[in-house]
Amino acid sequence: MTPVTAEPLVEVRNLVKHFPITSGIIFQRQVGAVKAVDDISFDVLKGETLGIVGETGCGKSTTARLLVRLLDATSGELRFEGEDMTKLKGAALKARRREAQMIFQDPYSSLNPRKTIGSIIAEPFVIHGMLKEEGERKKRVQELMDTVGLNPEHYNRYPHEFSGGQRQRIGVARAIALEPKLLVADEPVSALDVSIQAQVLNLLRRLQRDMGLTLVFIAHDLSVVRHMCDRVAVMYLGKIVELAPNESLYGFPRHPYTGALMSAVPVPDPTGTSHERQLLTGDVPSPANPPSGCRFHTRCPKAQSKCSEVEPPLEDKHNGTEAACHYPLTEAEAALRLPPALVAR
Amino acid sequence: MSTDATPLLDVTDLRVAFTTDDGIVHAVDGISYSVMPGTTLGIVGESGSGKSVTSLTTMGLTRGRSTSVSGTIMFEGRDLLTLPGEELRQIRGNEIAMIFQDPLSSLHPFYKVGAQLSETILAHRNDSKAAARDRSIDLLELVGIPDPHRRVDQYPHEFSGGMRQRAMIAMALANEPKLLIADEPTTALDVTVQAQILALIAELQGRLGMAVIIITHDLGVVAEIADEIAVMYAGRIVEHADTKRLFAAPEHPYTWGLLKSIPRLDTPRNEELVPIQGRPPSLINRPTGCHFHPRCPYVSEEHKRIDPKLEPVPSDPEHQVACLLPASVRAEIWRGLKAGRPAEELRRLAVPEAAAATAAAPWPPAEGSDA
Repeated sequence: MTPVTAEPLVEVRNLVKHFPITSGIIFQRQVGAVKAVDDISFDVLKGETLGIVGETGCGKSTTARLLVRLLDATSGELRFEGEDMTKLKGAALKARRREAQMIFQDPYSSLNPRKTIGSIIAEPFVIHGMLKEEGERKKRVQELMDTVGLNPEHYNRYPHEFSGGQRQRIGVARAIALEPKLLVADEPVSALDVSIQAQVLNLLRRLQRDMGLTLVFIAHDLSVVRHMCDRVAVMYLGKIVELAPNESLYGFPRHPYTGALMSAVPVPDPTGTSHERQLLTGDVPSPANPPSGCRFHTRCPKAQSKCSEVEPPLEDKHNGTEAACHYPLTEAEAALRLPPALVAR
Repeated sequence: MSTDATPLLDVTDLRVAFTTDDGIVHAVDGISYSVMPGTTLGIVGESGSGKSVTSLTTMGLTRGRSTSVSGTIMFEGRDLLTLPGEELRQIRGNEIAMIFQDPLSSLHPFYKVGAQLSETILAHRNDSKAAARDRSIDLLELVGIPDPHRRVDQYPHEFSGGMRQRAMIAMALANEPKLLIADEPTTALDVTVQAQILALIAELQGRLGMAVIIITHDLGVVAEIADEIAVMYAGRIVEHADTKRLFAAPEHPYTWGLLKSIPRLDTPRNEELVPIQGRPPSLINRPTGCHFHPRCPYVSEEHKRIDPKLEPVPSDPEHQVACLLPASVRAEIWRGLKAGRPAEELRRLAVPEAAAATAAAPWPPAEGSDA
């Protein structure tokens, strides 16, 4: 791994993204908003892998798109190397875009079926007017294909000729073509078959090591995030509820929601599954109308009256673990929720 | 798997092939298994391994002109494959019920959930509509849907993903089936909801005493819920064993691959993942010999010619595997893999001449040669 310096590459401050809900056909007026991302703050440190986990609708993909500015934030700041990305326009924005690239979840819909993979991977160079000489560009694309484990001779093939895992490699090659500083991977393996996932995960780890990339890795699978990330942010209904170094999060989760997620992960070991599940009841509330106070209080086993009134801030609990909770889990409660093998360590 | 009791479902040498424009797809290729009353069988495999076709055939849902099916599926003394449509309809949804992967597309969007539940009940019972409605409410309550009196008159789009899957389960349980087939019941759901649904299936199974076949690609899910597991690859069962045994002493290189290629919460964090090289084969032009050989790190020349049979392991007659490697070599390789040794190094155990040959022809073959 690249040495992680404490210096942030990206600083996110009070970032908000609301999608308006409108009513009426001709005279549309806003009747509400889906609060997809609602006031989150975190840093992405140079050279680290930051994981973002959460369930459907927690705002993790919106966060990813905000980070590379595929979406414009409603309010808040997003500083990339100190420069506020949310205010950039035109040429300055285009220049910044080179430095933050994204890998998408679905390798089937994120590649243009009418283009050869050679031209798909070369497109970033076209957009940014680099490597104008044909032969030079082809050579670079073939180098990239080789880097991600594709056969460079397949330069002229079309996406449908490749399997899911190989298509995801094409997506990776395209994302690293401009040698970005930041790579945002949004669920890069969840659409792939089990036996293929490891190929892509290993590739991302190798690239990060070799190219000194800073990686934001978004997934719903806690096991994959544990494998890949140095620090992990857990999101629930548009908020970060816990942000902690990997070892702390998986050793002693403080937020009851993190605990519930851990407890729900099926462990492929029939002897180790005897632990009592701490099951959550109910479903995730609507992000258009989130609960008052702590958003998790409707499903939280530890909720008390204060939780529905006062929103807990994200604050340091111990050992660099930040959690947004009035009554964080105690060590004994956390141990109940972890798979036995994690507790033993 | 003991022989003294009669199995509820007994599948023997089932083959299913589809004729397509591209050629014949051998989706299921001679598989046999049985399910005892009240037990849970897990079927594990990747997309295209034939796991779903197996269960659809059991339900008689693959009958059609372009499909050729052979073998037998005995359910309580009747062969489901030769049963006339009318008799099969008496069993389907009544004695055998199925839950599908995607609850949204399996529920009819125009009908109220209660109406769809009642339909299932009235198809098999001579109840009044009012009685069926009452039973629908009871069923929704049974599967843990809050406020069932109100929910019964709602449409599927008013339910969340987890609730829809609960409604599907309620529908499957409507006639108290003896066998429940769950095809990827939790794949479309979040982990916390997945845990709820799995707990629900296990609880209902205990209460109603039904047998369950659970089909999934997730080894974690079967480890939780299944009594025994069949691992499928390219239309065949390559390994079949008791759940504890399968995880403690897996015998097939594909099973090893599945176990070593997923990150888990209970292994050291920096343990390197060992991916399975290549990709699942085409079911039209299947590889010769052992179907797994193009992706197997321990392949030798004869494996490309000889097709292995599913046979009991010497140490345990109830543990079956289809692999040409000698049992002692398999045991040694698994010990090595568990200790974290790389497959390339262990290959030497399987193929003695490999040590010398690796320099000339490194394994794995270059990526892309399979495209």
